[in-house]
Amino acid sequence: IALRMFIASGDVVPSFKGFTLIMPAVSVGNVGQLAVDLLISTLNMARVGHFHTDCLIPMAGNNPYATCAEEAGQLSTSAEVYCHSDSKLAVLQIRTPIIQTKVRSFRKLMVSWIKSSGFLRSVLLSSSQAYHRDDQQLHGTPLRYLLTPSLQKEEAPRVEELGWREMERISAFPGVSDSEQRLYIPGGGVTKALYTDCCTEGISMAVVLIFCSEGDNIPDAFALVNHLNDWLHLLEKPVRAQGSVQWRVPPSWRLLFGSGIPPLLF
Amino acid sequence: MATFFGEVVSVYSRAVEEDEYDDMTNENEEDEQIRREIEEKRAVDVHWLSQTDGGSVPCSDLIIAVGLNATGFVSAYALSSGGWTAVAWISLWNERSPGSGRANTAPGPGEPSCVLYQQKHSPSVLICQCSCYVAEDQLFQWTEKVLSCVQTRGLTVTVLSDCSVAEYKTSDYLSESSVPFLRSLRTSAHTGPVASPALEQPNISTGLAAAVLSHCQVQRIPAVLYQCYSDVLQPDSLSMQTYRAAVSAVLKLDPSPSADVLQKITRGGELQSNLYT
Repeated sequence: IALRMFIASGDVVPSFKGFTLIMPAVSVGNVGQLAVDLLISTLNMARVGHFHTDCLIPMAGNNPYATCAEEAGQLSTSAEVYCHSDSKLAVLQIRTPIIQTKVRSFRKLMVSWIKSSGFLRSVLLSSSQAYHRDDQQLHGTPLRYLLTPSLQKEEAPRVEELGWREMERISAFPGVSDSEQRLYIPGGGVTKALYTDCCTEGISMAVVLIFCSEGDNIPDAFALVNHLNDWLHLLEKPVRAQGSVQWRVPPSWRLLFGSGIPPLLF
Repeated sequence: MATFFGEVVSVYSRAVEEDEYDDMTNENEEDEQIRREIEEKRAVDVHWLSQTDGGSVPCSDLIIAVGLNATGFVSAYALSSGGWTAVAWISLWNERSPGSGRANTAPGPGEPSCVLYQQKHSPSVLICQCSCYVAEDQLFQWTEKVLSCVQTRGLTVTVLSDCSVAEYKTSDYLSESSVPFLRSLRTSAHTGPVASPALEQPNISTGLAAAVLSHCQVQRIPAVLYQCYSDVLQPDSLSMQTYRAAVSAVLKLDPSPSADVLQKITRGGELQSNLYT
């Protein structure tokens, strides 16, 4: 089934052996998806294939990352894979919600695709409802991470060095008993379930998420992608003091809040 | 989600639903059976009216019309000429099209339906007129089933669809005189001429048109979508006219359909607006 889901756009099926996969969870504020857009656009990644599955709501449009008229005519679909061979990076962009009754089979497909593609590690970019934070989560940075056991040994020292904060476990019955702690990612969509699947399947996966609320989530996307870059060094920071990476906003972000204003108003 | 009055409202929130229910991994047999039965009920099936060997039909051009203006257009400008025979219909059931699920009887005239027509004098041209609602979870299946009816070798798919101009995003102000207009999207395999400007980002296509286009893109079938942006809620002859140039490249159209036929299609709106008559 996994092979049927990923369909290469060229004649050669690309190999992802040893690659890092970055994908979004369709979650509150679409922050993961926006962050992935910034990566594809800035790294000028090439599309290598489509994800064709009945688990996602269909969508079609022209190339969202086109920089010139010749590139604009490329049809893009609800989920596509982009590649940057030099940095051994593959990115899956998901543009539509998962069909409610097919969440389970979507997770199964993802797990089997990740396994069969031979990715070195996977990163799930996600978000969680800011208003659901408990007292301890309200302090400090809104960014959190999670590592599956198979990635723990390798990457835990690295992220600790960076001062990253792990996603806290929450008491199942706050104020009553603190004995039962559980992972709680409200608004995270498939995040928790996919992370749990990857833990049991022995997949090396990291979840990087941000607490946010609905609205203009572009600043959240920048915060998330900068945070990710601190760890993976996908783009070098400018040497100048406190310089941050110049991310390139894709043209598809235009008119995010509606069309132009009719001149007759004035 | 169905409301008190029974109509289906598509709930769209960017705050995706909490997946707590998904934690219930210990689904019992009964749950599984219910899930299977729902799936069966929502299955999409193609029924042939004439006896065929069950294989796919040779086809050079498949025109899929979805939306009020698009279906109205093919009715008035192509199907009404009489040179067409219905060869198959597609049965599906969902909350918004409860009547289309009957597997044993073909839909009657005027009923919301999905019917496949074949041109009499050149049988390799097919029209699929879809006037019933296809739910989000049925779009993928619908596309797979319908496109498996036709041979993909030498096939070109033309999708006609319509959309409200309110959904069209542009930084320029659209004057009234510029509406209705046509925009196109095409798959990588489609290299022929296109009769309208390309759909500009950030505009997208959704629903059945998007499902067909996605399928054709991955199967490398040449396909083009013509999306009409109209400012009239009901089908109207002006909006229907926009498809003319696009479709006349594929088949010979009725140059001036009779007023009766056009009136029948556009009349739906008039019946309700009797305030000033």
